[in-house]
Amino acid sequence: MADELSWRDLEVGNIVLEAGNASFRRTGDWRSERPIMDKEKCNKCGLCWLYCPDAAMKLLDDGYYEPELFYCKGCGICARVCPREAITMIEEEEK
Amino acid sequence: MSKRVALEASFATAEAARMADVDVVAAYPITPQTHVPERLAEMVANGELKAAYIPVESEHSAMSACLGAAAVGARTFTATAGQGLELMHEVVYVASSMRYPVVMAICNRALSAPLSVWCDHSDAMAVRDTGWIQVFCQNNQEAFDMTLWAFRVGEDPKVLFPVMIHFDGFTLSHVTEPMILPEQSEVDTFLPKFQYPFALNPDKPMTHGAFGLPEIYSETKIAQEVAFRKSKDVAIQGFKEFGDIFGRYYHLVESYRTEDAKTLLLTMGSFTETAKIVIDRKRDNGEMVGLVSLRLWRPFPFEEFRQAVKNAETLIVFDRCISSGGPGGPVSSEVRAALYDEKEKPRVVSFIGGLGGRDMSLSDFEYVIERGNEIAEKGSEELFETVGVRGKVTGIRG
Ligand code: SF4
Ligand code: SF4
Repeated sequence: MADELSWRDLEVGNIVLEAGNASFRRTGDWRSERPIMDKEKCNKCGLCWLYCPDAAMKLLDDGYYEPELFYCKGCGICARVCPREAITMIEEEEK
Repeated sequence: MSKRVALEASFATAEAARMADVDVVAAYPITPQTHVPERLAEMVANGELKAAYIPVESEHSAMSACLGAAAVGARTFTATAGQGLELMHEVVYVASSMRYPVVMAICNRALSAPLSVWCDHSDAMAVRDTGWIQVFCQNNQEAFDMTLWAFRVGEDPKVLFPVMIHFDGFTLSHVTEPMILPEQSEVDTFLPKFQYPFALNPDKPMTHGAFGLPEIYSETKIAQEVAFRKSKDVAIQGFKEFGDIFGRYYHLVESYRTEDAKTLLLTMGSFTETAKIVIDRKRDNGEMVGLVSLRLWRPFPFEEFRQAVKNAETLIVFDRCISSGGPGGPVSSEVRAALYDEKEKPRVVSFIGGLGGRDMSLSDFEYVIERGNEIAEKGSEELFETVGVRGKVTGIRG
């Protein structure tokens, strides 16, 4: 997206006039590990959702949580804060 | 009717900010700039200026507060000097890159160490490349005039860059001179209300200051640079409009008795007026000398400068700053670079003096011109020569 813009296309001072367009940015491609959720252990406390620095943890209709891999950077904070050890980080190459 | 008053440059610039009806002043006091925020704070306290005066804890915060104010479309003013400008340095770049037309007066001061509160141009030269439009003043009237002009030019929708007004610490900041204050109605005619096209507003959300990944940073900087160089046209237009209303016409490069001059002296700031007296004396003696002074320092007025010096054989550049380990004073190295590709060009001779408040007398400038002509003819072993330094200076080699 950004790499198609010429210098003439930019707004003055690189101001972004479209509010919230950071959501188009795939930050998930930095990830080397991903969180795997274990519903068996989860008590729906929401700490993973609260602590995720990228707001990548999504609340599902059934009250459980799931990382949005388009944004998740694989930092592992969710796994660290989960009081039930319901989240495991695995290498991206692993299945 | 305009009126004749006696003001020091600090009060003159504060008065101009008042007449420009600034919305926000955020400043931290530092010698020799102290009178500027002091006077503005007084005006706000007395109700003579309806503005928010933000007393901050440092210059870094002063400029940061100015950015916030400018981001919502407030007409914003600040002032600093020497070390204060250094402490602010990081945010000085942000102002120009985010295109906030903050106006800042600088009461030029030498940089530590040794600690000095007195004037030279080291502080100005340290912010040379920060992307601010920069002008130098020769007297207190100009400090007033340039402040009004700075708002006019910086806030122009074609420009949107911050502007620095340099005037010499103490020599101008603290010396009372006669000057003319215009009518408020004249100022209002010259200076329309600031209409920042990208003012932050919750009803129209947008992002200022997003970070720049490698795929966008170069494009952003080039867009900024092209726009910055173009601001010169508005600078010229601003001087024209200013002259039409107030009767004082300024130029990007000021020339004084340069007609048929074989030797030109180039000075910046208040020393220019001292040097003019020497030029007068020499002209009375039949010597073909003249003087040029760069009013606009950034963006550098290449065309106008080349035009101003093209017929001279020798150009003696007097700097009030050392570019440590470099080719000479910062002004002389820029001037040399500006002339390098010209077929016909004067020989440039570089002098440094007036550091840390050292005065330059008429006889000092006489010496600079005479010795400068001698160097142009016979050369010098040194890359630049100094004025008024005790002991013969040697060892300024490449
Ligand atoms: S790994 Fe980090 S970024 Fe991904 S969901 Fe967990 S906390 Fe959020
Ligand atoms: S922190 Fe652990 S237990 Fe709490 S909702 Fe997230 S996964 Fe479930």
